[in-house]
Amino acid sequence: MTEILIKNGFVFDPVSGIKGDKKDIAVKDGVIVESVSAAAKVIDASGMTVMAGGVDIHSHVAGAKVNVGRNFRPEDKLQAVYEPARGVRHMAGGNSVPTVFKTAYKYADMGYTTVIEAAMPPLYARHTHEEMRDTPIIDQAALPLFGNNWFILEYLKNGEIDNASAYIAWLLRSTKGYGIKCVNPGGTEAWAWGLNCMTVNDQVPYFEITPKEIIAGLMTVNESLHLPHSLHLHSNNLGNPGNYQTTLDSLKIAEGFKANNNFGRDQVMHHTHIQFHSYGGTGWGDFESKGAEVMDYINKNPNITCDIGFVTLDETTTMTGDGPFEYHLSALNHLKWANTDVEVECGSGIVPYIYSKDVYVCGVQWSIGLEMALLAKDHMRCYLTTDHPNAGPFTRYPRVMKWLMSEKARDEVFASMKAEDKVRDRSTLGSIDRELTLYEIAMMTRAGTAKALGMGKKLGGLVPGMQADIAVYPYNPETASDPEQIEYAFSNAKYLIKSGEIIINDSEIVSNGNKQTYWVDVKTNPSKQVEHDLREMFLKYYTVTERNYEVEEHAFMKNPNVISIDATQ
Amino acid sequence: MNTVTITIKKQPDLFIEAECFTPDALAGKNAERIAELPVYIGRTTEKVGDYFEVSGSAGATAAETKLVVAGDLTRVKYIGSKMTAGEVVINGDTDMYVGAWMTGGKITANGNIGHFAATAMAGGEIVVSGNAGNYLGASYRGDWRGMSGGKITVAGNVGSDCGTFMLGGEICVGGNIDVHVMTHADGGKVVVFGNAKSRLGGQASRGEMYVFGTVDVMLPGYVYARDEEVEVCGKKALFAVYNGDIADRHPTRKGETIYAKLYLKK
Repeated sequence: MTEILIKNGFVFDPVSGIKGDKKDIAVKDGVIVESVSAAAKVIDASGMTVMAGGVDIHSHVAGAKVNVGRNFRPEDKLQAVYEPARGVRHMAGGNSVPTVFKTAYKYADMGYTTVIEAAMPPLYARHTHEEMRDTPIIDQAALPLFGNNWFILEYLKNGEIDNASAYIAWLLRSTKGYGIKCVNPGGTEAWAWGLNCMTVNDQVPYFEITPKEIIAGLMTVNESLHLPHSLHLHSNNLGNPGNYQTTLDSLKIAEGFKANNNFGRDQVMHHTHIQFHSYGGTGWGDFESKGAEVMDYINKNPNITCDIGFVTLDETTTMTGDGPFEYHLSALNHLKWANTDVEVECGSGIVPYIYSKDVYVCGVQWSIGLEMALLAKDHMRCYLTTDHPNAGPFTRYPRVMKWLMSEKARDEVFASMKAEDKVRDRSTLGSIDRELTLYEIAMMTRAGTAKALGMGKKLGGLVPGMQADIAVYPYNPETASDPEQIEYAFSNAKYLIKSGEIIINDSEIVSNGNKQTYWVDVKTNPSKQVEHDLREMFLKYYTVTERNYEVEEHAFMKNPNVISIDATQ
Repeated sequence: MNTVTITIKKQPDLFIEAECFTPDALAGKNAERIAELPVYIGRTTEKVGDYFEVSGSAGATAAETKLVVAGDLTRVKYIGSKMTAGEVVINGDTDMYVGAWMTGGKITANGNIGHFAATAMAGGEIVVSGNAGNYLGASYRGDWRGMSGGKITVAGNVGSDCGTFMLGGEICVGGNIDVHVMTHADGGKVVVFGNAKSRLGGQASRGEMYVFGTVDVMLPGYVYARDEEVEVCGKKALFAVYNGDIADRHPTRKGETIYAKLYLKK
């Protein structure tokens, strides 16, 4: 394999503590090394910013609901007309729900090399893996949904943690999943009865279990299986005024839990798109931010991580496994709505949404995300996402970076709002003059996320021995003066190296890379009960047989990268 | 006002997407430069001059430019689409997307126009001496923002799905209209001097439909309210007014529910 030397760049790497020093980075055989021979290809990064490849912890980029979003929003393609094939690039298009090719190219342009698909309905795992297989360049992994799964609800109600663990291990193996995702625990199942769970103590109909018991049970299972990632939680009551109380109640469930793994992960709960869960007020009239309260709690509890879900003020497509929420959203904006019930496992909904800067509620949502990120004390535990495409397309990450790094850029958005005073009044954002540094941005987008995913030993940093995922941005931190340069530079990586291969050379994608898909294989003690239950459920309730359920590596995956764990002790 | 005349000289095997046939795209260009502009045929990019004879020069701005397109244009799409000002005259029948997304100016079609004409039109005027196809003044596929402003006058007949998701503006139809008129509309006006078939105003929450002729089948969601004498498109008549579509949600103003209205001439 070729050797590469990236010379003279301003390096930002929280893993090794480098804060913008001029440093050379050497690559050999796909990994970062101390030095290379004189034959190495030299990339001149002088005047540019060098970081590890980005790691996105939460994005909806593959699978059933993404595809339904593509199908039911032909108008989305109008906003981003298909670009023809060029060089190694396939034809690509779509705006908030782009094609798999555009997803890969845009992530690459932003210097990202690893993206986690945040919600995989187990029954549609084959479809999800087919889409990930067809997404070039970026490494991926998918989190199957467990928070409304009949097996899990039954086992946890009966306190059968061993059975729940054996079942989850079986499902991760069957669906080639990476970790435990939990969306609106119990609420989406309740939605099948026309109900919802709005607090952590609401009973799930029929199963007689509460969201609190589901969250605690899944965290217990997660640590007993020693999984690389923690429980990945989207708690109850998303998107409603006054929901911060439910959020705090959900976060508090993590108290007393300790991480138990060999992957360098410290947290036991990752709370996703926390912005959507930090609302005060009793209705949309007195809607206000409670971001400060929620972030204060997270700051004080090091066993919790979060990503923000920044509202980017765009027209987008919301899609979530939170079926009842999407129904309520469609009743708010009267636009089209798609809903799915995934047999015994979960559900989902999709609704287009316009976050208009002239609608004060959207403006407040925008300010809550930024407020929380700026109040965070440890950006190794607070990450940059837009919950793509829910709060905005992932292609806006560089714009979010601009807002985080420049008070001037934030003030410009405030000033362009029709209800500026009202928006300023409903959060503390206007009074915060903090501007994040590139070092903190690197924590939010690669070092922190990689660590939370249990990939911190391999990804997210530039330490010798780590996978050579490196992005070079045309941004000079010493001379840059205009915040617009941030948005441009982080949308247009000058060079991107993934696993030691040059993907972007001089701003042009020159290779589709060698994409990998991570999954987790946990060995557990056999459970006769689970084997019996699986047989019975597939016979009685599923529309498919067990054999048509499994995602076979050879048929559905490209370069599977299995992480094996022994949890039999 | 300067006039550019573009006459088709060679028929394409597929269809020509002539997005540049607008006063905006031609403004400031002479015949030579216009002949060099791109048109799209299938997956290939060709030049205007390959298929059309160009004469005259455009004005400095769109407002000072008049474009005359002539010949058998049944394989030419997008004439006058996205135009903001100026004038387009189409002498001959043409294909889809005439005046789509236009915001200003005037299109005069001396002939028939194809489907999806005036898609999401926001302003300006379109006058058609012949017939119009399906989805006149409708939204783009999947979108919920149809025609929102401007005026369309069709002397002949109009196809199905006219005014789908219409929000504003006016469409006057001299002849008959096919099924699905103003489906999902939330404003706007469609006047039919001939006959209509069925499914007028399905799921419409606002907007007005006038039919001077007959309606084959009424939707059950429209309920008779009163008789009213109204003048519309320069014609005065006594109408039976129906409120609907009661199956859909409706906004209220000052405590009164606002409905879409169907006016049937008595």
